[in-house]
Amino acid sequence: MKIEISDLHFTYPTGVQALRGISLTIESGEQVAIVGQNGSGKTTLVKHLNGLLRPTSGIVRIGGWDTKDHSVAKLARRVGYVFQNPDEQLFSKNVGTEVAFGPRNMGLDGDQVQSLVQDALVMTELSDKTETNPYDLSATWRKMVALASVISMDTDIVIFDEPTTGQDAMNIERIANVIKALRSRGKTVLTITHDIDFCAENFTRVIALSQGKILLDGNANDVLGQEEVLAVTYVEPPQLTRLGKRLGFRNTVRTQDEFLTELERYS
Amino acid sequence: MAIVNLQNVTYQYPLTSSPALRDVSLQINEGEFVAVVGPNGAGKSTLCYTLAGFVPHFFKGELTGTVEVAGSETHSSTLNEWVMNVGLAFQNPFNQISGAKYTVFEEIAFGLENIGVPRDEMISRVEDAMKLTDISDLADRSPYSLSGGQQQRVALTSILVMQPKVLVLDEPTSQMDPIGTREVFGVIRKMAEQGMTVILVEHKVEWIAQFADRVIALKDGEVLLEGTPGEVLTSPLVEESGFGISRYTSVARKAQKLALWKKHKLPVTLDEATEGFAHPLTPNPSPERRGEQ
Repeated sequence: MKIEISDLHFTYPTGVQALRGISLTIESGEQVAIVGQNGSGKTTLVKHLNGLLRPTSGIVRIGGWDTKDHSVAKLARRVGYVFQNPDEQLFSKNVGTEVAFGPRNMGLDGDQVQSLVQDALVMTELSDKTETNPYDLSATWRKMVALASVISMDTDIVIFDEPTTGQDAMNIERIANVIKALRSRGKTVLTITHDIDFCAENFTRVIALSQGKILLDGNANDVLGQEEVLAVTYVEPPQLTRLGKRLGFRNTVRTQDEFLTELERYS
Repeated sequence: MAIVNLQNVTYQYPLTSSPALRDVSLQINEGEFVAVVGPNGAGKSTLCYTLAGFVPHFFKGELTGTVEVAGSETHSSTLNEWVMNVGLAFQNPFNQISGAKYTVFEEIAFGLENIGVPRDEMISRVEDAMKLTDISDLADRSPYSLSGGQQQRVALTSILVMQPKVLVLDEPTSQMDPIGTREVFGVIRKMAEQGMTVILVEHKVEWIAQFADRVIALKDGEVLLEGTPGEVLTSPLVEESGFGISRYTSVARKAQKLALWKKHKLPVTLDEATEGFAHPLTPNPSPERRGEQ
C-alpha cells in the first residue's frame, strides 16, 4: 500500500509551523526510519498518515485514499500506530483483551480475532502473559503489549514512534525481531527513532527531517554517511559509520558485517 | 571523601514478593560522575529513588541497611530536609512537571519558590540554568506544549537550578536527539567538574564510556560489577548478562576472532577503536566536534 505525500504543510493552532512542504512517496513493503532533531516535525508527520492530524495544505494519500476524506477509524484499517509511551494506549484488564481490542473493533468474527491475536502474541513473545494485567508488567513488556495491540490489526502500514526509548538491549533485540517479521510479511514499516545505531541495523531507507522539511532522503548508507548535513538536525552517524570514516574506509559502512568486510579489504 | 555511602541496603516495595535491591553497598566521592547500567528490572530506578529519599519516605516498604548522603541518614531525615542535598530528574519528564505552572520559566522556578529563595536571586538562577542547558528560547512556552526531548531538558534544568550536592538522573536523555544527548552529557560532566556529585542511570553506553568516571553494573537488584568504564563495559560477564555494550566493543570482539583486532584490551570509545584498528592506510584525522572538550 503506497503512501504519497505532496507539499504537506501543517501549522498547529498555537501558530507553530511544524511541517513546511513535505513531499515523499513510500512504496509498499519499504522499511523507513525517520530521524531528526527534537521538534523537527517527525511525530507531526506520521500523525498525518492515520488522520490524527489533517494537512493545513497539501495532500496525504494512503493507498489512494486522501486522508481528508476518510475518518481515523477507517484509516486505522490501513495504518497502525504504536505510540511512544505505551501507557497512553493501554487500558484493558489483561493482555489478551488488550490485543484483541483492535481486531474486534474492526468487526472481525471470533475466529479471525483469535488467530490475529495469537499471531501478534507470538511475534512479540507475549504468549505466556495473556492473563496478566498490562500494568502489572514491567515497562519493557508493556511496550511489547503496545506493539502487539497494533500488530493484531494486521494493517499494511505500521508506524512505531521511538520504539527503543528506555528499553534495554534484550528488548531492543525483541523489537528488531518484530520489525524483521513484519518485513518478511511485506508490511510497510515506518519508525521514528533517535537511536541511530538501531536505525542503521534495521532500516534500508532513512529520511532526516529538519525544521519541518526533508533534509535528506535515501538509501541508509548514503544518508547516514553525511556527517555534516546530519549535524544540522542534531543527528550523528552510527558508531561504526563514524569509526569507518576515521579509519579512512572509502565505502560508508553501517553494520558490523559491512565494517568487518571493509576492514578485511584493508588488512 | 565519600558523599554517598550505602551499606548493605536491601529494599522491598510494599505488596511485592522479592526485594528490588539486595545488599547493595556503595561509596561515591564528592565530584564523582558515576553511571549505573543494567537491564530493565535490575533495580536502577529503585536505586535512584533510594538516593533521593523517595524510598522509604514516599514509597514506604521495607528498607534495611544504611543510606547516608552528605552526612545525613535517610531514616532520621524528612523528605523536606533531603531535597536540599539530593536532586532527582525522573525517567519520564511528564511525571516530574508540576502541572501547576503555565510557563517553562515558572516551572523551573518552582523548586526555588518552595524553599523561599528571594525573587531577584531566583530570576537570575533560573536564567543561568536555562542558558546552561540551552533552553532560554522555551521560557514562555507551556511545559506541556514541548516535545519529549525538550521536556527532558526542562526537567533536568529544574533540578540543576536547585544546585543539589548530589544530582541523580534517571535516563535523562532517553527522548533526546543524538547531538542533544552528547551536549547534555557535556553539561553533566561540567557540573561534576564543578564539584557536584552525579549518579546517572543510562543505556547509552558510548557516552557513558566517554564521560563517566566509574560504572556500576546492577543485575537483579545486586551490584554485579563496578570499575572504570573500560573495565565494566568490556567485561564478558556484562555482555552475557544482557547489558547493552557499545558497537565498538562488539565489533572488536568479532574482529579479534578474525585476528583483525590485535590488542588484548577491547575498545569502548571511538578514540580507542580508531587507535586499535588503525591500519596501513592513512587514517583521517579526528574531526573537531561540537560539545567535546
